[in-house]
Amino acid sequence: MDAQIWQLLESVSDPEIPVISVVDMGIIQGVAVSADGTVQVSMTPTFAGCPALEMMQADIRAALEGAGYERVQIDVVLNPPWTSERISTEGRRKLKEFGLAPPPPMQGGVDGAMLLFLDAIGCPFCDSTNTRLESPFGPTLCRAIYYCNNCHQPFELFKPL
Amino acid sequence: MNQVALIDLLFRLADDELLVGHRNSEWTGVAPIIEEDIAFSSMAQDEMGHALAYYTILHERLGQAPPDQLAFLREPHEFRNAALTALPRRDWSETIVRQFLYDAAEHVRLECYAQHPFEPLAHVARKIHGEEKYHFLHARTWMTRLAQTDESRQRMQVAIGILWPHALGMFETGQSEQDAPFDEASIMEAWLALITPILVEAGYQVPSSTAIYSRYAAPTPDRIELLAAMQKVYRIDPNAEW
Repeated sequence: MDAQIWQLLESVSDPEIPVISVVDMGIIQGVAVSADGTVQVSMTPTFAGCPALEMMQADIRAALEGAGYERVQIDVVLNPPWTSERISTEGRRKLKEFGLAPPPPMQGGVDGAMLLFLDAIGCPFCDSTNTRLESPFGPTLCRAIYYCNNCHQPFELFKPL
Repeated sequence: MNQVALIDLLFRLADDELLVGHRNSEWTGVAPIIEEDIAFSSMAQDEMGHALAYYTILHERLGQAPPDQLAFLREPHEFRNAALTALPRRDWSETIVRQFLYDAAEHVRLECYAQHPFEPLAHVARKIHGEEKYHFLHARTWMTRLAQTDESRQRMQVAIGILWPHALGMFETGQSEQDAPFDEASIMEAWLALITPILVEAGYQVPSSTAIYSRYAAPTPDRIELLAAMQKVYRIDPNAEW
């Protein structure tokens, strides 16, 4: 039964990046079915202030109820915190295909973050690392804006967290 | 740590975030360049999310009212923010300096609270520390950038002078002082150790002025004005369904 639930969750996409599922994003921490048949899903936000959280909860509920699960309980948990390491390999591939550079591994620490941004991020369009940070903030909380000096395209990076 | 002290601490954290987040949002549409419009709007959204996380702990674990009521129905004298977070949007230099001083304080504070014995606080601290990193990176970049010409460096120095006593005021002792390393004196020491080299390297003077404490004093006119604007719509009909 758990496997079927995971499969259903695979069909729920991230509202801000529709090509990727909530499972590939790593925001589902676990699923369980209790004795009375209640499906319990625990999920965790990427960024604490993510405005898509409620929409994702509604989408998850709709997907499960649509498949016949009548009792659905969704818990939002903050521990362990979401990190960009939770995005699956498949998820990273889809991010790139979508034109969003996948997050590089996070070293931690402010200086670590500084170095990362100075370090060349691979352009999702031409793979060149001759790129520069334009702004650590972008159109959604989880994105930063870069520019590729090679193919002269602006692009976005999914921020490492 | 007793319950009264925990409630006091959580209100300080939440109210600082909510008010500075509101001030950040006032740059939406009018920041000097579009990247900063986006940056301040994003930071506003982050800070609101963090305030919500703290208010949720207050509600679910410490017996306080639901988050929306805490944000929109409390009176100015019930807020525990430091005056720094409510200062109005004035010169760009003051905005950047406030951001730098505040984000640095949050950075060291969250690093410390990640080990806090009150688990819900430790979990939230670990969660949002990673997000705040980007705020600090942003402010730090601007501090260095605006030290490049004499005019901008002088204007920044004036802003540092105006804000310094309020920045020190962030570290006012709470209703019941916490044990080291969670006490305000230790956190302030870590904050100074983080920002002093950055200020000096950029060519700024570190002021010698002393703290203005404001968390428990009569509400500042800035706080009153901010809350009147922020709470206005909610208070028209507190039972409205959004």
